Amino acid sequence: MSSVDAPKLGGTGGDEKPHVAFWNDPEKRGYLFQALLFVVVGYLVYAAATNAIDNLTKQKIATGFDFWNNTAGFDIGQRLIPYETTSSYGRAFWVGLVNTLLVAGIGIIFATMLGFIIGVARLSKNFLVNKLAALYVEVIRNTPLLLQLLFWYNAVLKALPEVRDSVAMPGGFFLNNRGLFMPEPVFGANFSWVTWTLAAGLMAYFAYGRWARKKQERTGQQSPVLLVGLGLVILLPLLAFFGAGQPLSFNIPDLGRFNIRGGVQIYPEFVALLMGLVIYTAAFIAEVVRAGIQAVSKGQTEAAYALGLRPGPTLDLVVIPQAMRVIIPPLTSQYLNLTKNSSLAVAVGYPDLVQVFMGTVLNQTGQAVEVIAITMAVYLTISLFTSLVMNWYNSRKALVER
Amino acid sequence: MNTQVVSASSKAYVRQVPAEVLPPPGSLIGPLAWVRDNLFSSPANILLTVVAAFVAYISIPSFLNFLIFDAVWTGADREACIAKNGVVPGACWAFVRERLNFFIYGFYPVDQRWRVDLFFVLGAIGVAWMLWLKAPRRDIGMIYFLVVLPVASYYILGGANWLGLQPVDTARWGGLMVTLVVAGVGIVASLPLGILLALGRRSKLPVIKFFSVLFIEFVRGVPLITVLFMANTMLPLFLPDNITVDKLLRALVGIGLFASAYMAEVVRAGLQALPKGQYEGAMAMGLGYWQMMRLIILPQALKVTIPNIVNTYIGLFKDTSLLLIVGIFDFLKAIETARIDPQWAAPTTSTTGYAFAAIIYFLFCYGMASYARAMERRLSVADKR
Repeated sequence: MSSVDAPKLGGTGGDEKPHVAFWNDPEKRGYLFQALLFVVVGYLVYAAATNAIDNLTKQKIATGFDFWNNTAGFDIGQRLIPYETTSSYGRAFWVGLVNTLLVAGIGIIFATMLGFIIGVARLSKNFLVNKLAALYVEVIRNTPLLLQLLFWYNAVLKALPEVRDSVAMPGGFFLNNRGLFMPEPVFGANFSWVTWTLAAGLMAYFAYGRWARKKQERTGQQSPVLLVGLGLVILLPLLAFFGAGQPLSFNIPDLGRFNIRGGVQIYPEFVALLMGLVIYTAAFIAEVVRAGIQAVSKGQTEAAYALGLRPGPTLDLVVIPQAMRVIIPPLTSQYLNLTKNSSLAVAVGYPDLVQVFMGTVLNQTGQAVEVIAITMAVYLTISLFTSLVMNWYNSRKALVER
Repeated sequence: MNTQVVSASSKAYVRQVPAEVLPPPGSLIGPLAWVRDNLFSSPANILLTVVAAFVAYISIPSFLNFLIFDAVWTGADREACIAKNGVVPGACWAFVRERLNFFIYGFYPVDQRWRVDLFFVLGAIGVAWMLWLKAPRRDIGMIYFLVVLPVASYYILGGANWLGLQPVDTARWGGLMVTLVVAGVGIVASLPLGILLALGRRSKLPVIKFFSVLFIEFVRGVPLITVLFMANTMLPLFLPDNITVDKLLRALVGIGLFASAYMAEVVRAGLQALPKGQYEGAMAMGLGYWQMMRLIILPQALKVTIPNIVNTYIGLFKDTSLLLIVGIFDFLKAIETARIDPQWAAPTTSTTGYAFAAIIYFLFCYGMASYARAMERRLSVADKR
């Protein structure tokens, strides 16, 4: 285990290596320790594997991944890809994975927005704003996420009125303890016109933005990017929408005595999980943002003021680009935490990967080793992939530095 | 110019002492100026103040009303907390008061609960000894906290016939006591394991480094729930079938390993923060690897990471709540069980239960966070010298 070079005993000797017993020679001892560790770990793995095979045969549990194509036989409430009770376990896996990615993706977007707002508020010179943000961060960070999830689900969303007493909101929205019911958009025949115009408008907007920036770098003249952008991205698709004869209608939910027909249902499990994740993670992101902004030295702000920039542009052009470099690595780990924490869905019954696959499928098949290995592999893949993407982004940001 | 000064000093009056400093004008000091500076310095700031004041006005009084002023403090069952004359009262603290023992001890036999109290007292002594930096003989405190306390707690809580203590099965342990036991074991086990893993990750021996990196990155890449599920369902499979592992012990193994992977990264950061000269100096003194680590490197590395170590402990403490998902009767599970009891079925029971849980978790976590902050300040003072 030693990293010290072999001591030269006797001192006066030349190139001749002193004679040392092998347990005193760090190099040989290192090999010995490594071989020992290798043998111990290897033995543990071997013993665990043989025991597992032994136990599985005794309990008559099948091994291998054949269960993947067997009929699942259970229903899943929220599904974004087609799934029936007769679908396979493999299909159930994909439904769960998509649900996990959905809640993690939306959660990351909202948590980032809320977190940045709170983080900046935490640095505000306004006493009230500052203290409110601090209160939020302290309370949220010092209570377990699971407790917050259970609170949102059991104490808030389950306490909403029954279906027949649904809260009717303008525009055909209904809120009750089975979730939020919204009008479902029904796209007409020519709706693709609008989509294509929107895509073309977005591309034109980016091209114009590039051109405008080049022009400003060359001549110093600014162009009305925002106005042109609004026209391209909003006005043009709107024109196409009316030109195509308004090919959009809504399937408005219909409130019955015991049920609501039609419309889109947003499940309370999803809302509870999303709220819990967003509110919890935002508190951590706020601290990351605060640390990042504080890491930019005060001289930068003062220099920007000395150049005549007002506080807004100072923040946009000087402070935030430098703070981002400090913010991004810990922000990535917060995104990963949010994704991993979405596995707490199992506590509120949201059908995510863990609830569907490691819960129901594991219980039905009993194939613990395979199911847990697959689930862990998925999370490991997500973690590694996110790290890779963020490292790439980080290196790009870091390149700007001289 | 010189002559002028000389002539002036010889004739005219020149002040020998500086003029007395005048107080700043009234518009710059005092509460009014503070309010103007901090709340109404610009139109945007005024708008922010108004919005923030509105948010505070909406949320804080209703919180206080619910938790204190409209709360029900006494009562024997749900009758006390249901709506009267169409008015739903605030928090149902009567429920918490009646179930308090259940929240703390779970199903631990009533006549044996003094043992749990003894465990709490011994634990509190250990924690105080460790945290109070000027406490006498902290080296003995360390041994007490890391060796004596765990062994004593095992026998006090689990019982042993040769001690005359009636054995209590872990299935009957519950409530805050289980949460504290698990958090305590995690805290005691994760630090040494984390240090070993961190040293392994920085080792120059490739096999040791490989296994350490593999373990740390694997555990940090998956959610705690999957680790707990794995400990719960796969651990029994991996052992010979004549050995059965207690359910609580399985969860402890899972949480301990999980926390030690995070601890390893915290300790590694501390090791990396040390200048290379410290290693070289230790080697030049002729110290071996373990002597170098024990006497030179770790005392310094751990000192600078104390705040981060405490933050990891806070995460660990919050994570113990996940035990309810794998069926361990921890503090949150006690709340979950009690709040759906029909005897206390009232509109505010759930919220009250969660509020109580939040307050307890907050007290522990905020206490640890404050300690970490105080340590940080202390360390930064030491650095500034």
